[in-house]
Amino acid sequence: MRLQVENLSYHFGNKKALNNVSFSLSSGFNILLGPNGAGKSTLFSLLTGLRRVSEGRILINELSMKSQRQNVMRHLGVVFQENTLDLDLTVYQNLDYFASLHGLKTENALTRIEDVLEHLGLSSRLGDKVRSLNGGHRRRLEIARSLLHQPSCLLFDEPTVGLDIESRQLILTFVHEYVKRTDALVLWATHLLEEVAQDDHLLLLANGELKGDDVCGNLIAANGVDTVSALFNKYTKKDKN
Amino acid sequence: MYWHCFMGVLKREMLKFWQQRSRLLSALVRPLLWLIVFAAGFRSALGLSMIEPYETYILYDEYIVPGLAAMIVLFNSMQGSLSMVYDREMGSMKVLLMSPFPREFLLCSKLVGNALISALQVYVFFIIAALLSIQVSLLGYLYALPVIFFLALFLGSLGLLLANYIKQLENFAGVMNFVIFPMFFLSSALYPLWKMREASEVLYWICFINPFSSGVELLRFSMYEKFALNECIVMAFVTVVCFFAAVKSFEPKSNKPRKPG
Repeated sequence: MRLQVENLSYHFGNKKALNNVSFSLSSGFNILLGPNGAGKSTLFSLLTGLRRVSEGRILINELSMKSQRQNVMRHLGVVFQENTLDLDLTVYQNLDYFASLHGLKTENALTRIEDVLEHLGLSSRLGDKVRSLNGGHRRRLEIARSLLHQPSCLLFDEPTVGLDIESRQLILTFVHEYVKRTDALVLWATHLLEEVAQDDHLLLLANGELKGDDVCGNLIAANGVDTVSALFNKYTKKDKN
Repeated sequence: MYWHCFMGVLKREMLKFWQQRSRLLSALVRPLLWLIVFAAGFRSALGLSMIEPYETYILYDEYIVPGLAAMIVLFNSMQGSLSMVYDREMGSMKVLLMSPFPREFLLCSKLVGNALISALQVYVFFIIAALLSIQVSLLGYLYALPVIFFLALFLGSLGLLLANYIKQLENFAGVMNFVIFPMFFLSSALYPLWKMREASEVLYWICFINPFSSGVELLRFSMYEKFALNECIVMAFVTVVCFFAAVKSFEPKSNKPRKPG
């Protein structure tokens, strides 16, 4: 699996949200780190086809987001920053709806992710309305749902925002294990420094520009700082000045 | 695969409708009030001469039944657009738009789901009207079905188009005032157009070009086992235009930098 972004720019009116961003990612856990307003969500809406690429290009497994959007979507599993579940439907009905939107028989899809549902503590809650789930369980459901069609590229836009430490850790550990097991590509956007490990591949985005693209430990060493926090501050402070 | 997707969208529409069963009640109260109260009051005031598709003089109650059926479809379709706005605000619209199937197909599936619900509501209304001794032939009810679907597709497409321009749920009141009421009252749903012409030539022409009038007349003719070709052509044209405009409005947004000056 390969995700390539080439010379990607995006504007809102005259404000440049992304400026000539290029990177290439392969299977594994990759982090997109940036402060609020860095352009992470804009990048995600382009990667998920919700906004049209007008400058630059995005290739997912050599398929162009611009001209082969439908094929690209089959490879993508996405968790957005905000809730996208139907609160009035049950857990099962939400999964059922999503499976059908991907042309899958629900029973087959659910059997394939039985262990995921079990691991995320959702197996016993299939009949519950989503409205009755707490924030942590809703996020877990969004993650389980994104895996229903067995995508090879997973895009998570700040999926742990607003969760307690325990839920955050559970989700992060689960995704790390999932990547090891399936060889999927994960792009995990966050502004939470504690979610970044030294051996993660790190994309550092600030002010719409890519400031770093390497293994986290290498970036720290190359910038002459000691911690991710110092690295983060170095670029975000520079932007504010 | 397309079949699973189609059935999934349909199922969700039905589930949402089932959860909001009061929608059926509110969809019926409005036309039944018109039929029972309004029609009773105006029966003697509004004399109707013999006009197509009727082969004899009819009472006002009988005249307004197709118009009220169309009214149910109109309100249900606009309710559909409201639920699209709700889905967008709640984020679940993204799930639909992230499907690997073509957007035309997804939106069409949604429209068919909405049309099914409209048809269900209209037939419950027909049953109640029949209990009040306002009925047509069995064949008339049967012929009405494709027309109800057709009308629902047109109004649903219009609703989809509107959903893109309604930024917040609160703005839906504007749709009531600027779309639903003018569309309904400036049509042949409640009075024949020749009556309107007697009152105002301008209003007559506005009613005449209102595509909802064509829908009402197409339904009226079908219920009396007749076919209104001109109205069918108008409906086909506006449905296609509205549907493709709606699909276009659901395309991903692209922002290029504004040219200075």
